[in-house]
Amino acid sequence: MDILVQVIVTGLAAGGVYGLIALGFVLIYKATSVLNLAMGEFMTLGAFICFTALMQLSAPFYLALILTLFLAFVLGFVIERLILRPLIGEPIISVIMVTIGLGVILKGLMYMIWTPSFRNFPEIFPPEPLDLGFSVVPSGLLWGFIFAVIGTIVFLLIFKFSRTGVAMRATANDQQAALSMGISVKGVFALSWSFGAIASVIGGIVIGNITGISVYMGDIGLKVLAVIILGGLDSIGGAILGGLIIGILENLTGLYLDPVFVGGTKEVAPFFILVIILMIRPYGLFGKEIIERV
Amino acid sequence: MRCGDFKEDYIKDEEIFQSYFVKFWLILFFIFLIIFPFIANHYMLYVANMIGFAIVGAIGLNLLTGFTGQISLGHAAFIGVGAYTSAILITHLGFSFWLSLPFAGLIAALAGIIIGIPSLRIKGLYLCIATLAAQFIFEFIFVHWESMTKGITGIHIPPPRIGSIEFSTEKEFYWIALFFVVLGVGYARNLIRSKMGRAFVAIRDRDLAAEIIGINLFRYKLSAFAIGSFYAGIAGALWVNFLKVVTPDHFPLFLSIQYLAMIIVGGLGSILGSIFGAIFMTLIPELLNYLSEIVKIYAPGNEEIFVPMKEVIFGLLIVLFLIFEPLGLAEIWNRIKSFFRLWPFSY
Repeated sequence: MDILVQVIVTGLAAGGVYGLIALGFVLIYKATSVLNLAMGEFMTLGAFICFTALMQLSAPFYLALILTLFLAFVLGFVIERLILRPLIGEPIISVIMVTIGLGVILKGLMYMIWTPSFRNFPEIFPPEPLDLGFSVVPSGLLWGFIFAVIGTIVFLLIFKFSRTGVAMRATANDQQAALSMGISVKGVFALSWSFGAIASVIGGIVIGNITGISVYMGDIGLKVLAVIILGGLDSIGGAILGGLIIGILENLTGLYLDPVFVGGTKEVAPFFILVIILMIRPYGLFGKEIIERV
Repeated sequence: MRCGDFKEDYIKDEEIFQSYFVKFWLILFFIFLIIFPFIANHYMLYVANMIGFAIVGAIGLNLLTGFTGQISLGHAAFIGVGAYTSAILITHLGFSFWLSLPFAGLIAALAGIIIGIPSLRIKGLYLCIATLAAQFIFEFIFVHWESMTKGITGIHIPPPRIGSIEFSTEKEFYWIALFFVVLGVGYARNLIRSKMGRAFVAIRDRDLAAEIIGINLFRYKLSAFAIGSFYAGIAGALWVNFLKVVTPDHFPLFLSIQYLAMIIVGGLGSILGSIFGAIFMTLIPELLNYLSEIVKIYAPGNEEIFVPMKEVIFGLLIVLFLIFEPLGLAEIWNRIKSFFRLWPFSY
């Protein structure tokens, strides 16, 4: 029983981080209808930049974080402008492929700059685990969860109350109408890429802090696809809830099925869940059901 | 269109070899392909074999993605299924290579159909994610079904033979590869001008409209998956029999991306494009290897940079072609052809 509770708590904490990365996907998808498959590479890049700022420039953590977030903002903006803008109105396969291509480029560049060796993140959070009484949360996951919650709340507040947030929601709702109301749809596209990049970069720093960083960290980004499909591609709340559910399910499969299959089930479980959701309810728990008419 | 080249009926318009000119050059090219193994060295033959397998696989993916519009990120998984089927049949059940080939194709086609079933409900983005999931699930199976696939140690395969002739070197295998490439290209070229090929294109352009004009979506979408995966299975079986070993490492997600890159760079919805793409994308890594050898001699210590360079260049090619030349090399080829055909009066 103890181990079960422990696994569920770990799963919840990991799920919070998944939720944050999923938020990155959703922010971009909601406004621009593009699924950014290079998200994992954004994440890794963020972790590497933060890592370099901490180690090479020996900056304090908050400065490194601000620098990383700023660079992520610029990165999202530039990528939208250079790569995604020319493809507006192109078939969906082109848009998906271009993000895949982007991911491959980023991965290769990171390989060149930082070499493929595995690195431990310097300690940026106090290492004491949190004792809940009935179970213990490791420090990395705990702080990850806290970051995820803060990130989500900030994004939700921006969406709800700020002018930009309202413009973004309007664009997501109806581009034509938003345009005619004087909203710069192009600006919103660029901004949502920047926001998406920021969300994933925070996720990257948190995960890098837990597992250490390497070029191959980005594969987690693909696992998060299960989260957003479960939650619904265009639902922020769904992303968070989906993250928690997938986090728990993943850790439970790890607990019960790893002995049967000799390891590795934890990595592949989200994809099984993904296929099942796609078969039963492709638009996810909270996603908008698209009715197609000829 | 060439001057004085008028089509008087539809059958003429649908001919594969449109003019004597085309026939002449194709025969010349074919003769070159037959002479090639006698003049080429081992390395060139090795590359030629690799190009052959890539062409078969790329045509399969192009039929599925380029013609039918069903994006697949799991092509490497189907290639893997074919490869493992062939390897297991040969080593466990003592099948000959030749007999294992159709089974490799069929089992891969079956896997393709299973993955394709969701395509009836989901499309575009969602289908892309489903095939991505399939890729990871199959990779998991390759590693963990140890009684069959021997896990990460892999399976060693004896070379194929007919009677006492053994196909173990690059030169001997070249004939097998050439045979299947010609067969595969010929079949695909005929398929796309048949009823089924037209149905594929109709589904790509607008699947709901296609269904309304009487195309059975269920049948044709699954056919596309089956045929595409069949090609993949054959490509995989040929590939691993050439390498004589199969391990799960042969079929990573990157291979799927590589195949997608081939058909995008070559040209979506074009058989010729698949061939161009396969040749181009196989030659680039070889060229990079060559460059890294040169760098190793003149500036030792710097050759490391070429390992990730492959990925960067692949990614760049995908992005640049999508933005600047979405119809790929096939379109560039057409443009060059019409330049010479119309010269000097290009209007």
